[in-house]
Amino acid sequence: MAAEKRAYFPVGWLPYALVAPQLAITLVFFMWPASQAIWQSLLIQDAFGLNVEFVGLLNFRELFADPYYINSFKVTAIFSVTMTVAALGVALVLAACCDYLIRGVQVYQTLLIWPYAVAPVVAAVLWSFIFNPTLGILTYALHTWFGVTWNHMLNGNQALTLIIIAAGWKQISYNFLFFLAGMQAIPKSLIEAAAIDGAGPFRRFMTVVLPLISPTTFFLLVVNIVYAFFDTFGVIDATTQGGPGQATQVLVYKVFKDGFMGGDLGGSAAQSVVLMVIVMGLTVVQFRYIERKVKY
Amino acid sequence: MIENRPGLKFFCHAMVLLAVLTVAFPVWIAFVASTHTAARMIEVPLPLWPGTELLENYRTVLVEGVAGASTAPVARMMFNSLVMALSVALGKIIISLLSAFAIVYFRFPLRMLFFWMIFITLMLPVEVRIFPTYKVMSDLHMINTYAGLTLPLIASATATFLFRQFFLTIPDEMMEAARMDGASALRFFWDVVVPLSRTNMAALFVILFIYGWNQYLWPLLITTDESMYTAVIGIKRMIPGGDASVDWNLVMAAAMLAMLPPALVVIVMQKWFVKGLVEQEK
Repeated sequence: MAAEKRAYFPVGWLPYALVAPQLAITLVFFMWPASQAIWQSLLIQDAFGLNVEFVGLLNFRELFADPYYINSFKVTAIFSVTMTVAALGVALVLAACCDYLIRGVQVYQTLLIWPYAVAPVVAAVLWSFIFNPTLGILTYALHTWFGVTWNHMLNGNQALTLIIIAAGWKQISYNFLFFLAGMQAIPKSLIEAAAIDGAGPFRRFMTVVLPLISPTTFFLLVVNIVYAFFDTFGVIDATTQGGPGQATQVLVYKVFKDGFMGGDLGGSAAQSVVLMVIVMGLTVVQFRYIERKVKY
Repeated sequence: MIENRPGLKFFCHAMVLLAVLTVAFPVWIAFVASTHTAARMIEVPLPLWPGTELLENYRTVLVEGVAGASTAPVARMMFNSLVMALSVALGKIIISLLSAFAIVYFRFPLRMLFFWMIFITLMLPVEVRIFPTYKVMSDLHMINTYAGLTLPLIASATATFLFRQFFLTIPDEMMEAARMDGASALRFFWDVVVPLSRTNMAALFVILFIYGWNQYLWPLLITTDESMYTAVIGIKRMIPGGDASVDWNLVMAAAMLAMLPPALVVIVMQKWFVKGLVEQEK
């Protein structure tokens, strides 16, 4: 694909006018606030904003010396890796099943993709209702059938499990769609050739389908991790609010909590900067992969 | 298929059906809850089958709101969500279409700088710049306004890239022919580029409508007045800290209503939705 056109329109004021709206919004709502965040991360301010002092990297040093912040990193890592692996695994099995079937695929697709439309917060409200410590249906079932006492308000592991389920539930449909599209794009002749060579369905899946959809898998891996890092703010806010204790205090939620409730602007800004670095890393990874892939 | 294995086929159908049911389970529970009285919703175990209060509950929620939880009627919230989702989707499509056109069809001095500036927005989600952005909004007096809800969200690197990729596939001959016929750049944009982009716009619209409808953190910060709550924020606000006085039947009715429009958009526009999503990978 050509990256440039052969000919162009004559340049006057027009191209500037065309990019102006996009640029204005980018400057006012993205660049300016982001530079403010970086600047603030180098300052210490008292709670009333009366006294401001430039402290260099002190906020960052304090941040990484803070056991709560290190814990937040751990929680985020456990949460995003578990959610990503679970959502990808389930979606992969479902897509493989659908790809093997010929009849009903369209119907199954419709029945499986609608959770994508549900807001993460609403998903979280639904699941926390089902797992409600006193009323929840699954809480009741767990207690009567398995003797398990479920209370995610008190038990940190259960709280983590709840947010993984609530966040992963709607991600399954997204992953499923990509896996299925990837599998259906594989030429049938390849599958047939493998079958003639005596490979059964499972063997064909492992040695033909799985390697061929690896670009899709990689893409989804990045997208899911970004989702787990940033879009799950609502899930946490509606279910556990970071608790019990620090059990579900992911990075994004900690920025919000420390800044809005704790009033620690410098520390919160430093956390924002750390998050920016993480997003940049993830974006670079994603785009290097896309660059590689676009060259047919 | 290549070989006939009824056992495996049966297994596949069973797996997928099981998944369909599991995925639908929470929504079924919410629906059932929304059809019972508040009194029934505090008796353990909760019902698994719909009750008789469907119309009454939905009417209460839509017109009166959830009593005691101090929130506006859900009809008002859904209107706010609709305004937000439509403005975000259309706004993003329009400004991305314009800037992609400028970047592809003109070669002007600052082109690459602009391109990179748009690209960098990808790396700055709301979550990483909460406070400064909030400060900008309050300095501009945009708290509790529709402009405040939507404007900061309509810059879009992704949409700009998608349109750019698409414009690069439009044959150069089209533009040369248009120029030979004496068409100006805007004329070419309006009569050739826009009609050709229609499918891409539809696909993008579905994705962006859902994105706009489901926004959470931004409306949470920007709306302090109940009459400006979106449906998603409203539901969260209906559940106070403890679970003592929650009218679960009404909250679940509100949740069902908040899910309905985006779910309908996905199902009705499924073809474009799938296209729009899968395109993101390219």
